[in-house]
Amino acid sequence: MKLHPILVGACSAMAFVGAARAETVTIATVNNGDMIRMQKLTDDFTAKNPDIELEWVTLEENVLRERVTTDIATQGGQYDVVTIGNYEVPIWAKQSWLEPLTGLPAEYDVDDLLPAIRGGLSVDDTLYAAPFYGESAMIMYRTDLIEKAGLEMPDEPSWEFIGEAARAMTDRDNDISGICLRGKAGWGENMAFLTAMANSFGARWFDENWQPQFDTPEWKEAVQFYVELMNDAGPSGASSNGFNENLTLFQQGKCGMWMDATVAASFVTDPEDSTVAENVDFALFPDAGTGNHGNWLWSWNLAIPATSDAKDAAKAFVAWATSKDYTALVAENEGWAAAPPGTRTSLYENPEYQEAASFAEPTLAAMNAADITKPSVQPVPYTGGQFVAIPEFQSLGTTVGQLFSAALAGQMSVDDALAQAQQVATREMKRGGYN
Amino acid sequence: MATRQTRTLARLMMAPAVVLLLVWMIVPLSMTLWYSFENYNLLNPANRSFAGLLNYQFFYTDPAFWQSIANTLILVVGVLLITVIGGILLAILLNQPIFGQGIVRILVISPFFVMPPVAALVWKNMIMHPGYGVAADIARFVGVEPVDWFAQYPLLSIVIIVAWQWLPFATLILLTALQSLDSEQEEAAEMDGANVVQRFWHLTLPHLARAITVVILIQTIFLLAVYAEILVTTNGGPGYASTNLAFLIYRTALLSYDVGGASAGGVIAVILANILALFLMRAVGRNLD
Amino acid sequence: MARTVSTRHKAIATVAAWFIALLIFFPILYTVVTSFKTEPEAIAGISLIPSGTFENYVEVQAQRDYFKPFMNSVIVSLGSTLIALVIAVPAAWSMAFSPTKRTKDILMWMLSTKMLPAVGVLVPIYLIFRDTGLLDTRLGLTVVLTLVNLPIVVWMLYTYFREIPGEILEAARMDGASLMNEIIHVLTPMALPGIASTMLLNIILAWNESFWTIRLTAAQAAPLTAFIASFSSPQGLFWAKLSAASTLAIAPILIMGWFSQRQLVRGLTFGAVK
Repeated sequence: MKLHPILVGACSAMAFVGAARAETVTIATVNNGDMIRMQKLTDDFTAKNPDIELEWVTLEENVLRERVTTDIATQGGQYDVVTIGNYEVPIWAKQSWLEPLTGLPAEYDVDDLLPAIRGGLSVDDTLYAAPFYGESAMIMYRTDLIEKAGLEMPDEPSWEFIGEAARAMTDRDNDISGICLRGKAGWGENMAFLTAMANSFGARWFDENWQPQFDTPEWKEAVQFYVELMNDAGPSGASSNGFNENLTLFQQGKCGMWMDATVAASFVTDPEDSTVAENVDFALFPDAGTGNHGNWLWSWNLAIPATSDAKDAAKAFVAWATSKDYTALVAENEGWAAAPPGTRTSLYENPEYQEAASFAEPTLAAMNAADITKPSVQPVPYTGGQFVAIPEFQSLGTTVGQLFSAALAGQMSVDDALAQAQQVATREMKRGGYN
Repeated sequence: MATRQTRTLARLMMAPAVVLLLVWMIVPLSMTLWYSFENYNLLNPANRSFAGLLNYQFFYTDPAFWQSIANTLILVVGVLLITVIGGILLAILLNQPIFGQGIVRILVISPFFVMPPVAALVWKNMIMHPGYGVAADIARFVGVEPVDWFAQYPLLSIVIIVAWQWLPFATLILLTALQSLDSEQEEAAEMDGANVVQRFWHLTLPHLARAITVVILIQTIFLLAVYAEILVTTNGGPGYASTNLAFLIYRTALLSYDVGGASAGGVIAVILANILALFLMRAVGRNLD
Repeated sequence: MARTVSTRHKAIATVAAWFIALLIFFPILYTVVTSFKTEPEAIAGISLIPSGTFENYVEVQAQRDYFKPFMNSVIVSLGSTLIALVIAVPAAWSMAFSPTKRTKDILMWMLSTKMLPAVGVLVPIYLIFRDTGLLDTRLGLTVVLTLVNLPIVVWMLYTYFREIPGEILEAARMDGASLMNEIIHVLTPMALPGIASTMLLNIILAWNESFWTIRLTAAQAAPLTAFIASFSSPQGLFWAKLSAASTLAIAPILIMGWFSQRQLVRGLTFGAVK
């Protein structure tokens, strides 16, 4: 008799499970602001799709990449939607690890995606991932400080000008550095910046025969320029600074200029977090007379692993999260400035967005200036702007990044760092069977 | 009479643990050994083939290899020195009559309960950060240039963080051992006119020998495997300045996704660890009777 | 005279001990303090007085549910500890009371299994887990943590059991006590402190294990170590929020450790005391 209520409870629980047999979609994602916002807005999706249940795995970028790569490469099948960069998409698509995103509904309007972004996510004209947000790189600078230095920022500054301006804006007594740049080692940290910078100096990672090029004058010039500039006009401890650290420095008014991802523009112009929001303006990523502005192009994208057992539900979610409606939903809840940037032409044509986001135009200009199929003025066998889209790059880029970080910290000369980088890259290419 | 029976029983009782650990060791180890002779990159699974000794060759010719071995030793020895010497001093101090002994002891053992990634994050951001860390604040307060710990003293910084985590463990074990020291003996030595240093050297230290051995043995096992603290703080750099063997293998496995290379690294690490263990057992093992 | 010296001695020792203890505890204290600061306060320079906001905790909870990873941590660390004890107690018992020539070697070998770097065997283990359906299950994680910590558990118990004088067992046997009786009435009471502290140490090790717990889990079985990985290095320096998440991740085990400190210490000797 005593068991009775428990039994009834158990039966009804089972009945409930049976009736609401929801399909579960497990989403692996990165813990940046836009993705966290998406998680908070998913009620809209679950209201429209009551039979789909969402499970989240939110991790910091490096752990996420490691987890997702291990799982997809071993066909572990843990995730139905993964958040990956445009670095992984072509590599994984070629291994048939990703489900092609064909048959998206007409209102999704694939043709609205920015061509540069779409091209980076397609293999043989088939789309393998949907962009959530995209970014290029540009100069963010303090209008008040550059004025004080008696200079004026051109629309397309050269490195020479940047060097001069950075030194002129530096004011050590007031703890203001003329320029803040990434120094923390990592293929997605200092090497993203340095690769783009080297591109603009006319350097390239490899020649057409996959021979590493760190022994060329272009690399030497670029790295030498970087180290000297940072020593003269950079903040102390720059070799530990990544995107986050520089963002905070800039927001606190300690940098005259900062060259980094365009996505930072919305943070530095947000008066709630930034003390300098009123005095920020933007310019194109510099060049060294090559007409090449670094070709930085990055996007965070949603893709569906081929091992997923809920592909249709996953596709419905991916379509929702990267749709025009989602952008409108964010705008409605948090204002237009918070809309995920850099993926759709329609966003940049939207007058409301243009008005709310002072950075809309420079962002679009930067993205249009980037061409990941021709990163350098010299011919290359690879694609990718601030990275090289080969599987070996994560490790190689990080190792080279360590060397350049050591050069910045003054523990190694620029020549030694370049020589060792050349040696490491040669070794790694041989290992990978490139030559 | 009962000996044979008990012996059988004893074997049976031991069996589950031994068998489980055997399986846990042999299955992954043999798979690792197998992969170490293969060209096997997770990102290029089509290209799997027999590699001979190529993986080993590539691993030990890695520019970071020798430095990583040196760093591993520096890390292990450095942390051991700090925790053993610091632990002895701290144990002696905590063994004195003091006010609030219970609370003091709780405070001292607390770092042992902190998970390694959290410990690393806290030290990296809140303590050692060159801009906003407490150490930088103090440096500026006394008017010196803040130290950029992870750029200027990368390995030392890691040693400090790891030592902070293990000092409580050493202190606890040494304190327990100290408490079992015969106080009459100590008083007798004091009567004989032995001074503090002499008493410590001839009485306390020999008494602690066994406890010190235990601390060294247990910590060495854990210290050889340190990588999370490095990953969170320096990522092995600048250059290879803070890359140890465990981190080098980590980098090969989860940055290059080179299963073959990481397996070869794993095999090399096991061999080196066992050599070290053998050496350790020779050096200090007799203390364990 | 002697008394004044000892009071002075005590005062000096007290001051020194408190100073060092606070120095060692400072990083933890500062984390907890920072978790109650606002973000600008958190990087504004050293200050031990927060503005007392609970905002960070609210935001952390809103961003990621704390309860599920917390329960996973509890279940997995308790589960693996209990299983390890069930396997290790008989093994350690037989090693301690019926030692053979090879007992020492077996012990050393067990410890040496901990020397294979975890990351070197990640792929083999991942493949095995995939094929057995153990990926992202609490069961799978429990099994791995049991095996990872088993050698330490066996060794700790062995050294503890060895301190139990054999004569007592002999006497019990003389009285005709059966093996069961021997274990229940004679051995267990004497071994309990050792088992208790072994258990506590193992719970701590399992709770803090941060390689397998992150690599073998996704949405279902992820414990607090994975919870932390979802707050470290986002865009911007959110130290106050990170501190709140860190405090949440370490608080349960810290509090358990404080309360069980005496039991932990009593057996945490690894036979270091003769």
